[in-house]
Amino acid sequence: MFLIVCPYCKESRDQNEFSPAGEAFIARPQNPEELSDDEWSDYVFYRTNHKGDHWEQWVHTNGCRKYFLVKRSTISHEILEVAAFGEVTSENPS
Amino acid sequence: MQKKYSWYSLLKAGLGNQEWDQAIPLVKPKSKYDVIIIGGGGHGLATAYYLAKECGITNVAVLEKGYIGGGNTGRNTTIIRSNYLRDEASSLYEHSMRLWEGLSEDLNFNVMFSQRGVYNLGHTLQDMRDIERRVNANVLNGVDAVVVDHKEIKEQIPIINTSKNARYPIMGASFQARAGVARHDGVAWGFARAASNLGVDIIQNCEVIDIEVEEGKVKGVKTTLGDIMADRVGCVSAGHSSVVAKMAGLRLPVESHPLQAFVSEAMKPILHTVVMSNAVHGYVSQSDKGDLVIGAGIDGYNSYAQRGSAKIVEHCAAAILELFPIFSRVRMNRQWGGIVDVCPDACPVISPTKVEGLYFNCGWGTGGFKATPGSGNVFAHTIAQDKQHELAVPFHIDRFTSGALIDEHGAAGVAH
Repeated sequence: MFLIVCPYCKESRDQNEFSPAGEAFIARPQNPEELSDDEWSDYVFYRTNHKGDHWEQWVHTNGCRKYFLVKRSTISHEILEVAAFGEVTSENPS
Repeated sequence: MQKKYSWYSLLKAGLGNQEWDQAIPLVKPKSKYDVIIIGGGGHGLATAYYLAKECGITNVAVLEKGYIGGGNTGRNTTIIRSNYLRDEASSLYEHSMRLWEGLSEDLNFNVMFSQRGVYNLGHTLQDMRDIERRVNANVLNGVDAVVVDHKEIKEQIPIINTSKNARYPIMGASFQARAGVARHDGVAWGFARAASNLGVDIIQNCEVIDIEVEEGKVKGVKTTLGDIMADRVGCVSAGHSSVVAKMAGLRLPVESHPLQAFVSEAMKPILHTVVMSNAVHGYVSQSDKGDLVIGAGIDGYNSYAQRGSAKIVEHCAAAILELFPIFSRVRMNRQWGGIVDVCPDACPVISPTKVEGLYFNCGWGTGGFKATPGSGNVFAHTIAQDKQHELAVPFHIDRFTSGALIDEHGAAGVAH
C-alpha cells in the first residue's frame, strides 16, 4: 500500500491505479539465433528477486497507461526513485 | 525429555499437575553434520524427519533463523487437498495426502488433521467444464473427486448464497471428501519433535549468512552461530529461496510475493467444510477454535515485507461476502502476510543444482502447506540418494531450460 508518482502524469497517486510489471532492465536478446538454451531460460524465467532496493517496472493502468521504472525497497516498500524509460538503464542504475 | 506421548503420560502429567517436559531440546550446533537443512519450516522439518526415519541419516541439523513454526508454516490457511489436474502434480500431492492420513500416529503428535472436504466452486460454464475435466483426471489418478451441482452445495452448506441473482452465481463445484485442514503450527512442532527424537538437531535463532562452495562442491555454511560443515545442504527457505541461492552464486526461477490471510473472532460452528473459489478469489474454513480462516491472493509486486496491500484484502472480503452474505457483520481479529516464492508454472522445484551437494526445495508458491509431508519425504530421498525421488523427477529445475513445464497455474481449481 503506497503512493507512486507517475513520471508522466507528475502526480502522486494511489498504488491501486498502477499495476506492477516485473523486474526492470530485462532486455530481449539481440542475437536470438546464437543463444543457448540456458541463456534463453535465464532471459525468460530466471529473475533476480532481489531483497533490498529493487528496480522494477510499473504501468499507470488507470491513468496514462504508460510503463515506467521504479526503484523500490522490497523490504520496506519505500519508493526511492521513479524514472521514465531511458532516464536510467541497467548500465547506469542510480 | 519425554520420548513418547500416550494416554498414560497424559494421565500422569494431568493428575500430578506436573510441568510437561520440553518437546524439543534447545541445542547448540556441532561443527559438522552429514546433512544441513536450511529453513525450519514444515517442509524443512519434514525433510529432516524423513532423512532420519526412512534414509537412516540422523546426523542432520535444521537451521532456522527465527523460531519453529514462525514463518509460512504458521501463516497459511491450512487447507490440504490433492485434486490437482496434471499427473505430475496430482501424484505428488496425493503422496502427501496419504502421509497426512497417518501423520498423527506416525509423529506421535496430534496434528489435528480433519478431513472435512473441500469444495472448489465453479461460477461459469467454462468453470464447470474445467471442473469436470479436473475431476475426471483426479479419478483416473486414484484421487477421490466428484462434481456436485448448486443444489447439492446448498444442501450441504445452507448458508452459502446460490442465488441466480448473484454477481457470479454458483453453478456447481468439485468436491474432494478426503481433503481438509490441519493445525499448521502443530505440524511444525510434531515434525520437529519427532525428528529431534530420532537424533536431528533443531537449531533455532541461527541464520545462515553464507554458503561455502569450493570447486563446485558445497562445503558447509556460515551462520550467526558460527561455521558448520556438511557435504550436503538442502535449502527449504520458501520466500527467501532466492536470497539463499545467491549465497551459492545461483539464480532461481522464482519471485517472492506477499500472500495475505485473516481470521475472524471465534464463533459457534457455522461452516463444517472448506470452500474455495478461483473465480471470485477467496477461500474460507472455520477452525476448531471457531474463527473463520480466510485466504486472499498475492500482490503482483515483489516483496519480502510479510505484509500486502489493502486492496487485496478488500477484494477477498468482497468475494467471501458474495458467497456468504451472513458473514457481513463478522468482525475480523487479525490479518497478516507471508512471503511466498512463486515459480512461473506455479509448481515447485525439488531438485539438485549446479553446485554438487546443494539441493533446493522451493517455489511452492501459494500452496505449500498441503504438501508438507510429501515434500519433505521426496526431498529427503533426493538428498540421501543424490538422485531425485521418482515423484520429484518432473520438478527438476532443468524444466525451465527444457521447456517441460507443468502447466498447473490455472488448472488447479484454486486461487493462485
